[in-house]
Amino acid sequence: MQAFTILTAIAAPLPIANVDTDQIIPARFLKTIKRSGLGKSLFAGMRYDDEGAERPEFVLNQEPYRGADILIAHENFGCGSSREHAPWALLDFGIRSVIAPSFADIFYGNCFKNGILPVVLPRSVCDQLMEDAKLGANARITVDLERQVVVRPSGEEFPFSVDPFRRHTLLNGLDEIGQTMQHTAEIATYETVRHTAKPWMPSISL
Amino acid sequence: MSASHPRTLFDKIWADHVVEQLEDGTALLYIDRHLVHEVTSPQAFEGLRAAGRRVHAPGNTIATVDHNVPTSDRRHGIAEPESRLQVETLQENVREFGVPFFDMLDERQGIVHIVGPEQGISLPGMTIVCGDSHTSTHGAMGAWAVGIGTSEVEHVLATQTLLQKPAKNMLVEVNGVLPPGCTAKDVVLAIIGRIGTAGGTGHVIEFAGPVIRNLDMAGRLTVCNMSIEGGARAGLIAPDETTFAYIEGRPFAPKGEDFDRAVAYWKTLPSDPGAHYDTIVRIDGSEIAPMVTWGTNPEAVLPITGVVPNPDEAPGEAERAQMQRALDYMGLTAGTKLTDIPVDVVFIGSCTNARIEDMRAAAAVARGRHVAPNVRALVVPGSGLVKTQAEQEGLAEVFIEAGFEWREPGCSMCLAMNPDKLLPGQRCASTSNRNFEGRQGKGGRTHLLSPAMAAAAAVTGRLTDIRELV
Ligand code: SF4
Repeated sequence: MQAFTILTAIAAPLPIANVDTDQIIPARFLKTIKRSGLGKSLFAGMRYDDEGAERPEFVLNQEPYRGADILIAHENFGCGSSREHAPWALLDFGIRSVIAPSFADIFYGNCFKNGILPVVLPRSVCDQLMEDAKLGANARITVDLERQVVVRPSGEEFPFSVDPFRRHTLLNGLDEIGQTMQHTAEIATYETVRHTAKPWMPSISL
Repeated sequence: MSASHPRTLFDKIWADHVVEQLEDGTALLYIDRHLVHEVTSPQAFEGLRAAGRRVHAPGNTIATVDHNVPTSDRRHGIAEPESRLQVETLQENVREFGVPFFDMLDERQGIVHIVGPEQGISLPGMTIVCGDSHTSTHGAMGAWAVGIGTSEVEHVLATQTLLQKPAKNMLVEVNGVLPPGCTAKDVVLAIIGRIGTAGGTGHVIEFAGPVIRNLDMAGRLTVCNMSIEGGARAGLIAPDETTFAYIEGRPFAPKGEDFDRAVAYWKTLPSDPGAHYDTIVRIDGSEIAPMVTWGTNPEAVLPITGVVPNPDEAPGEAERAQMQRALDYMGLTAGTKLTDIPVDVVFIGSCTNARIEDMRAAAAVARGRHVAPNVRALVVPGSGLVKTQAEQEGLAEVFIEAGFEWREPGCSMCLAMNPDKLLPGQRCASTSNRNFEGRQGKGGRTHLLSPAMAAAAAVTGRLTDIRELV
């Protein structure tokens, strides 16, 4: 996984609440066995018309937001399905950080596994950042995971909080499975105890 | 936390599965059951292969195909190449990694969340995960069951553990007695209408109270299924005699003495008196009415006696814009009576409502009636076993005679990944769980409701108050 430390970039404003995973990546694009290539289908319903042509009014079809690395949205971003295709599509498009007043739980966790930093900031702050973002290329926003702050183009800083464990993993781009496998002995011990404590626990074999 | 401290059902399951407590509250949790399907697993198996890892505990794992499979005759395979590739990829992966699998033509195949409880694979006190947000369904067994992303699917396959921080406890107590015509689906829609789509974020919801206690297992599974639509990754219900009776005799459930020992353990699981909940919501069940959604998320829900709401009455500009956007998408005008909304399609199925009890409820309405002209109505059983049973009980015949299509098991029109989809602009009365834009097909419009209400809409051709028909 790609590490995330500090990012200064163009931010795209998406002032919508409850952006669900079916909007981020509709189900018809989930028929892939790969993680890559989903960027072109990101927000497909809002981004393209029925003939597949770009809708010029959608923010990611406009300059300079085609090159945005940050997305700013309203409450409950990423609600709905557990599909990791949602962060994969964002990442493939180039989004490395999403800033919103709140996120749905599964989506929030999925972001960290893919080198995307979801940042929770109060609605009033998101609204200010949204105004900055509307200024386009002249208003770059900085997301600093090291210092846990978002910096406005004016230099004003907003601190945000993030789980220490997730922060560490993301800052260093660590492989979680590799980390967990260092606990193989504890897992084996747990399994032995479980077998004794719950001898009725069936194992599935066909 | 000492054992004498009053604990919730969730606290107990959690404590029982901590392999190791890491810093900052994150725990390495052992996973008892991992359900796998074709959409969210290919990249996980690919990851294992690339790293030279194996599946740690195949005996804790079960795979089936559901999202992509066509619900028409499929003895000749899957026509659509991308769907076929996803299904074939799973077939190869389960073979290579030794994972138990119910293939497309196996009678035990079905929607993964129908199959787990039906087979006795999902049991009380377990930790259950699946790369699917509606894994919350299995919480009805008295288990902690959550949806995970594909990276976590790979993590569980490789280690049989998951890194988690404990969620907060939320209690939703539904008191009183449910009025006639109301079902588990109406209960959960009413709950979501009350707490909102983000109301349960960061929480596990324990559903309790007399109305929940009196639900059969099918109803409880329906309620827990939609916990995620209220923002909670997990919803659970304390196991009781209803639960034990449901489990006994199922293929993978413990047998004989083992069953008795399991029950003794399961009886220790319900929340202790005085256990702490971070949030408590109480609902008067006797005030619930048959519910239907009008908008593009499940909290946009009203009793069927209501009218399409007016955006001008929204509390703020953002809410007004959001509501207007939903009405535009849904093609609805404020003030329209919900019962005046005509439907083009009716879908009875999905992991929310495709169990035998749901088939019976819909058939009771369909019996002796006929699907309205210009309406297409599908009934899609949740598993091969549900299908067989419905055929044995004569329900399939009732549906077919009434002009419904009787299909093969799968996710079908719940989401637009297989041939069953809405066309742009089509309006559907659906027993599924999500009414998001495009969920049932690009441009399709979804109204969520109970199986009986869906059958009523099919025969009248419009959203209908079930109480008019019974
Ligand atoms: S029936 Fe619908 S909600 Fe359930 S698993 Fe299938 S697609 Fe998901």
